[in-house]
Amino acid sequence: MTAPAIALADVHKNFGATKIIRGVSLDVPVGERHAIIGPNGAGKSTLFNLMSGRLTPSSGTVRLDGEDITGLPPHEINRRGLCRSFQVTNIFPRLSVWENVRCAVLWSLGYRYAFWRGIDSLADARERTETILKAIDLIDRRRVQAGVLAYAEQRALEIGITIAGGAKIILLDEPSAGMSAAEAARAVALIRKVSEGRTLIMIEHDMDVVFDLADRISVLVYGEIIASDVPAKIKQDAAVQTAYLGAAA
Amino acid sequence: MSDAASDIAKLPARGALYPAGVPAAVRLAGPWIALALLFLLLPLVFASGSALTMLSLMGIMIVFALSYNMLLGETGLLSFGHAVYYGLGGFLTVHAMNAVIRDGLPVPLPLLPLVGAAGGLLFGIIFGSVSTRRAGTAFAMISLGLGELVASSSLILRGFFGGEEGVSTNRTKLLHLFGLNFGPQIQVYYLIAAWCLVCMAAMYALRRTPFGRMCNAVRENAERAQFVGYNPQVVRFIAFSLAGLFAGVAGALAAINFELVNSAAVGAEQSGLVLLAAYIGGIGNFAGPVIGAIIVTWLEVMLSDVTEVWQLYFGLLFIGMVMFAPQGIAGLIMVHEPLWQARAYGSMLWLAVTYLIALLPALVCLAGAIVVIEMTYHISVKASDGPAISLFHLTLDTTSVKSWLAAAVLLGGGFVLFRLTWPLVGAAWHDAFVEARGAGRAK
Repeated sequence: MTAPAIALADVHKNFGATKIIRGVSLDVPVGERHAIIGPNGAGKSTLFNLMSGRLTPSSGTVRLDGEDITGLPPHEINRRGLCRSFQVTNIFPRLSVWENVRCAVLWSLGYRYAFWRGIDSLADARERTETILKAIDLIDRRRVQAGVLAYAEQRALEIGITIAGGAKIILLDEPSAGMSAAEAARAVALIRKVSEGRTLIMIEHDMDVVFDLADRISVLVYGEIIASDVPAKIKQDAAVQTAYLGAAA
Repeated sequence: MSDAASDIAKLPARGALYPAGVPAAVRLAGPWIALALLFLLLPLVFASGSALTMLSLMGIMIVFALSYNMLLGETGLLSFGHAVYYGLGGFLTVHAMNAVIRDGLPVPLPLLPLVGAAGGLLFGIIFGSVSTRRAGTAFAMISLGLGELVASSSLILRGFFGGEEGVSTNRTKLLHLFGLNFGPQIQVYYLIAAWCLVCMAAMYALRRTPFGRMCNAVRENAERAQFVGYNPQVVRFIAFSLAGLFAGVAGALAAINFELVNSAAVGAEQSGLVLLAAYIGGIGNFAGPVIGAIIVTWLEVMLSDVTEVWQLYFGLLFIGMVMFAPQGIAGLIMVHEPLWQARAYGSMLWLAVTYLIALLPALVCLAGAIVVIEMTYHISVKASDGPAISLFHLTLDTTSVKSWLAAAVLLGGGFVLFRLTWPLVGAAWHDAFVEARGAGRAK
């Protein structure tokens, strides 16, 4: 039996006396599209921070493909095949769109800290960058400074940077936040396309997006997962109704 | 697909500079060959001894300022102690020269900057491993502390630093190749120019490597760099070590030029000078620190001849740049690039005319300020020399009301006229950009 892509075992996170994550256990099998939903302040982004190394769990373990990655710094976790996006756009604002994506492909192609190779002569980096920019539909905007892109374009770039390194596991933190319905629909199509053949975990508030994309949904309330099942079951779950869906409606 | 691919392949080139069909090797090497020719021919134009000395100092400062910009401009590290690597490179070079002379080793002078490079790199690695763990304010404070540490030990470790008088050498006593003894300044100039060219090309090439781009990425957003696989501490550490290497070369060139290195070379003033040079020239552009190095060296040499309060003018220039042109002189030039690209030559000409119109009262205002500063300095420090001072080929009586009134009129009147003419510049800018944008759409 293959190990899950990512496995959390009894993970806790406290900030001082405040318990934000209170014993989360979650297995996401390889190739699944998994959504995490829950009310504001439930700890969804904190959970992402714990998986991606931005924060270290107070207790419990995080495993990536069976390997214990608890406490590793973000770049070490990234090198093992996990990449994430951010809820608040987190790009390289004064670099061009092209450079934003190219910086994100370099490590995975093995160029590391090379200061003896001309970057423009790296054909594979150029091709990968081009492929990503076409996928996120920003190829015509490649010379523009990333910081002056429109909001929806910056969100697309955020996803582009996240997938550029060819990570096996992708974490998307509210990819459609702040978008119009039309923009969100395009974002869903993009996410569907780029998550093909990978494991995807996303935090999302837009229920249409969630039920459209996810194979399985986990509901996080006050730092605990109260339900984790296929979308159809989650819709009917009474506890979820009262804790979240009902309250939202 | 193939269309798009060839389109992308063109991306890195800055198209407009060259007509199509110019081979890539020429595009790459062309500017450097031109620069080499310029360095070669400069002494024909500026042949006097003082001009050669000035050019030599500029070459040293260019290397130093560019090495500093690897930290500040490229990686976003504000260092207050970059002279440490410059000075230590210089001291090691002087000691190496003396050892070569003493033991009669077959080492020619032009190779000695390698000692500075190795020394700068070594100390860059040592101090960098401590200071680059943090960025931002913490890094700046550590750099300041390390600078003070080395500066104060330069007065304690007399054997290495030579105490107050420093360590001297004689550059003519090394192995002579091709009959070059490096006695005349012209030979030293060419030695410095050659090393300056090599270092400039190397530092330019470094920006266009995976490492160079990740320096920019770490400057922009160190956290995001981590989430694409890079350890920002390692990026900063490599940048810091390499900046130390090039600063060491600059220090070695200074040691060869002056045949003397003293504790001032590692001091805070030298660290401040390179910060000023990079910032005034512009840290966002490769040409910026070069321009800054040339201007700062020229000002340092010329102003210190003309006035005793030259550092005050220096400070005013720096404050002015920080307040009104934080992108530096290179940045001021680069804002015109869109106009140039759009070939809006008519608008650019009118813009240039409005610049001249606004410049005139600005110069009058500046003259008034200079008169006030010089007269104030004279009556407060040198009143015992008598009331008269000579300024702009005029003799002014610092005790007469008329002199002060005239200065006030120049200062105030110039300022008012400048404020009146400045809107012309603004309007010309507006028109030029409207035209440039129109041309962009038409293409």
